[in-house]
Amino acid sequence: MSEIIESVKNLSIGFNSQQGKQISILRNVSTNIKKGETVGIVGESGSGKSTLALAMMGYIKQGLFPLKGECLFKSKDLLKMSSRQLEKIRGRKIAMIPQNAGQALTPNLKIGYQIDEALRLHTDLNKTERDKKISELLNKVRLPSPETMAFRYPHELSGGQQQRVAVAMALAGKPDLLLLDEPTTGLDVTTQAHVLELLRFIAKDTGTSMIYVSHDLGAIAQVSDRIVVMYAGEIVLEGPARKILKEPIHPYTYGLLKSIPKLSLAGLPASMPGTQPQPGSINEGCSFYDRCNLATDHCKKNSPDLEHIKELDTNVRCFNHKELINQNNNLQTSITKKSNNSEAIEVLKLKDVSISYAKQKFFDQLLNKISDQNPTVKDINIDIKKGETIALVGESGSGKSTILKSIAGLLKTKDGQIKFENDRILSSDLKMRNPNDLRAIQLIFQNPDESLNPNHTVEQILSQPLKLYFNLSGEELKKNIIDLLKKVRLGEFYMSRYPRQLSGGEKQRVAVARAFAAKPDIILCDEVTSALDVSVQAAVLNLLQQLKEDLGTTYVFVSHDLAVVRAISDRVAVLYQGRLCEIGPSQNVYKFPSHPYTEVLLGAVLEPDPDIKPKLVAEDIVEEKPPEKGCSFQGRCPRKIGDICNLELPPWQIDENGNAIRCHINIDELASLQQ
Amino acid sequence: MLLLILKRIGLGLITLFIVSLITFVGVEVLPGDACTTYLEREAYGAALDACIKRLGLDVPAYERYLDWASNVVRGDFGYSLSGEMPINEVLGPRVKNSLVLASVSILIGIPLAIVLGIITALWRDKLPDIMISTITIFSMTIPEFISATLLILIVAIWLGWLPGIVIIPSDATFYELLSNIILPVVAISMIMTAHMARMVRSSVIQVMASDYVQMAILKGVPYWKMVFRHVLPNALLPAINVVALTIAWLLGGVVVTEVVFNYPGLGRLVIESISNRDLPVVQALAIILASIYVGINLIADLMTLMLNPRLKSLQIRK
Repeated sequence: MSEIIESVKNLSIGFNSQQGKQISILRNVSTNIKKGETVGIVGESGSGKSTLALAMMGYIKQGLFPLKGECLFKSKDLLKMSSRQLEKIRGRKIAMIPQNAGQALTPNLKIGYQIDEALRLHTDLNKTERDKKISELLNKVRLPSPETMAFRYPHELSGGQQQRVAVAMALAGKPDLLLLDEPTTGLDVTTQAHVLELLRFIAKDTGTSMIYVSHDLGAIAQVSDRIVVMYAGEIVLEGPARKILKEPIHPYTYGLLKSIPKLSLAGLPASMPGTQPQPGSINEGCSFYDRCNLATDHCKKNSPDLEHIKELDTNVRCFNHKELINQNNNLQTSITKKSNNSEAIEVLKLKDVSISYAKQKFFDQLLNKISDQNPTVKDINIDIKKGETIALVGESGSGKSTILKSIAGLLKTKDGQIKFENDRILSSDLKMRNPNDLRAIQLIFQNPDESLNPNHTVEQILSQPLKLYFNLSGEELKKNIIDLLKKVRLGEFYMSRYPRQLSGGEKQRVAVARAFAAKPDIILCDEVTSALDVSVQAAVLNLLQQLKEDLGTTYVFVSHDLAVVRAISDRVAVLYQGRLCEIGPSQNVYKFPSHPYTEVLLGAVLEPDPDIKPKLVAEDIVEEKPPEKGCSFQGRCPRKIGDICNLELPPWQIDENGNAIRCHINIDELASLQQ
Repeated sequence: MLLLILKRIGLGLITLFIVSLITFVGVEVLPGDACTTYLEREAYGAALDACIKRLGLDVPAYERYLDWASNVVRGDFGYSLSGEMPINEVLGPRVKNSLVLASVSILIGIPLAIVLGIITALWRDKLPDIMISTITIFSMTIPEFISATLLILIVAIWLGWLPGIVIIPSDATFYELLSNIILPVVAISMIMTAHMARMVRSSVIQVMASDYVQMAILKGVPYWKMVFRHVLPNALLPAINVVALTIAWLLGGVVVTEVVFNYPGLGRLVIESISNRDLPVVQALAIILASIYVGINLIADLMTLMLNPRLKSLQIRK
């Protein structure tokens, strides 16, 4: 058990800057991977975790080079090997499972060929043995009908299936060490839980060591025996998983854990100030100094070494870690939010809204109608009250963003009405809406990199809505822009910056400011925190909540992340295949009785706690189209009661808390089933 | 799939129909008609009448269009005024000559471009790339009429290795033909090859940076195997359409080069018939060149469709 498979010693990796300076991305990293052990490497983007993982396969990305140290695999230095020697190790001794299997599988080669290639390179099996092995492997990763799967192309598979193929490919060479680079990022919650479960099973079944790289402490908590926390290219904390997650004695890890929204907590997570320093910007002192609330003058001048704490079996890089030991009971707290929907005036009503992506046939185009009996989104009835945050939750393909787009007027509805303020019907065509309605409904997008014009300064970005809706100019315009920046906690000097000069969190703040510039009544948020690191996500969530409390704005918040939704929303609507399953006040949606789909979603959420295991109750099959009749969830429902689910649309049942559930099972019975 | 192919072919035919209309209308709106243009000062009296009669200009325009179009569909382009014989007879040898010239250029140019593109991409920013890239950029910037003239000056006049002007007897053997057309082929394929090589280079570089290539490396696939199985099929696929455009574009180059080398092909016929004001031949050539253009692009579309598994299964699913 204690045999060391790979050992990284004093590794530094860097690049030459344009000024000819050597800048390191990894600094003096040392760690050991033991046989049969799963090590989680966690850190936010830019912490050097992927660079470290790739170096452990002897792979250094173009432009980077090792500055010092070594990567010893079975006491041989991978960084000194020729490419010939590396070919013998990669895939055979150390195999990789990539982040985005959809892009990591070669598009023109069939699944079977790509697995066969690994077998041919790393085993001595003949053709028939290999064919047998391929179906064995596909079976092992639990892909449906492995015989036909081998003849399919990567793009014909769903995201979860592609990830499973990548796992099968990695297992083909029977490696001693598996490297997983964010293997579940980008997958749906239920799929993610299933893939993690598979990986855990494989680790136990084959005794393979694993290195699991992720930004997601929830996923790390589920698989790791030991956790390594990276910050700005250094290891800041390293130790047994349980100790790291329950008693983090480094202030960064502590802050990171606090900034993760949790299902059990209704309030907002605490955010950490500041951002991770850029590589090369740290000259002296602790790299976490700027963001640390324990920092002293000593930390500014001296950089701490990794110190071994015997009683916790943990290495920590902090002078003041002792102060944290007693604080850990605070981990399970959050900031309570005020809800201000006591007036309960309905500002936006969706009535029987259906939306179809079906292409119009020629004659329908002439008559300007859409004939689709089974539209992507159907029968959506939601009344949104002034000042509330309503969340639309569901996996990809649930129609949540589609609904948002049609509220914004970007997508035409097929049937139904969208009513705004005093039951006035909003046209489903953007061009037919009056400017004031356009102003009143604003949209914030998922990815600020794409929603901000890279050639405009922050000033230009923010002045557009102000000029358009309020005809401001000159000094007044400038004053308003400064006010807006202040609202989103950005200084005046940001005005002359371009988006590329901002960090991810700062960009999203600018996007938020742009939406608020229009003084809107309703802001539509489309996965606004999904592209952000957790600590930044917490800050953006807090900012949105603060603005809402100050200005009384209404949010329609779309997200796939149930914990984030729990943190920010007052009411939650759960969608499956474009049909509503459950809608109600958020504290009730997160409590049983729930719609079976909500139950499945809640069960699959990964919490950063090794004691809370996800419950896998439904298969993670991907349905391409909603069923034509009956309940939308019939295909995957673990509580399906019979033909009635396939044939009849379930009735709405409302419990005493105002939670509406669309299910054939009686609500009291559901409650007792789910206990 | 079949439906899609038929659709593309249909679109091509519509394009040709529009081209035929435009050329016909274009000739119609010119002052005078084919006979007055051709006969110039002698356009009076019996000569004019005879000409009008022979070309059938005495019937209304739409009837003439229908007549002409239906003949073209049957493969009959009408009567050449300057050659005083059916256009088909004028075209025959010219088409053959141009076809030889173009296909030799393509057969040499495309493989060369692919090889150069791959070499420059794989040795990016190293000596082979720097050398080849300099040459390709250089040859891309020189127009054909200059490079052709320079080639004649250097190879034919100074060195005296090859003839500067192509004179092919109609019964020339293939070998004789080949030695005669070396210089025109070089002149034509220079720009084309350079363009395609640049395109292949950037495409290969893009694929080399993709996740699946990194994955293949981390899977332990040997370098050259990775290049041939994982990189090239994906890198050359988008190049097909550009190759088609380049070939179509080569038609223009053929015209210029043929004139410079005095090569009796379609290109020179274009210039000749325009300067002879032989409008029926100009019309015929417009249609032929347009058909080649449409045809090449059609083939490229269909090839992309066949080779890209993504598009293929998309069609099957529908």
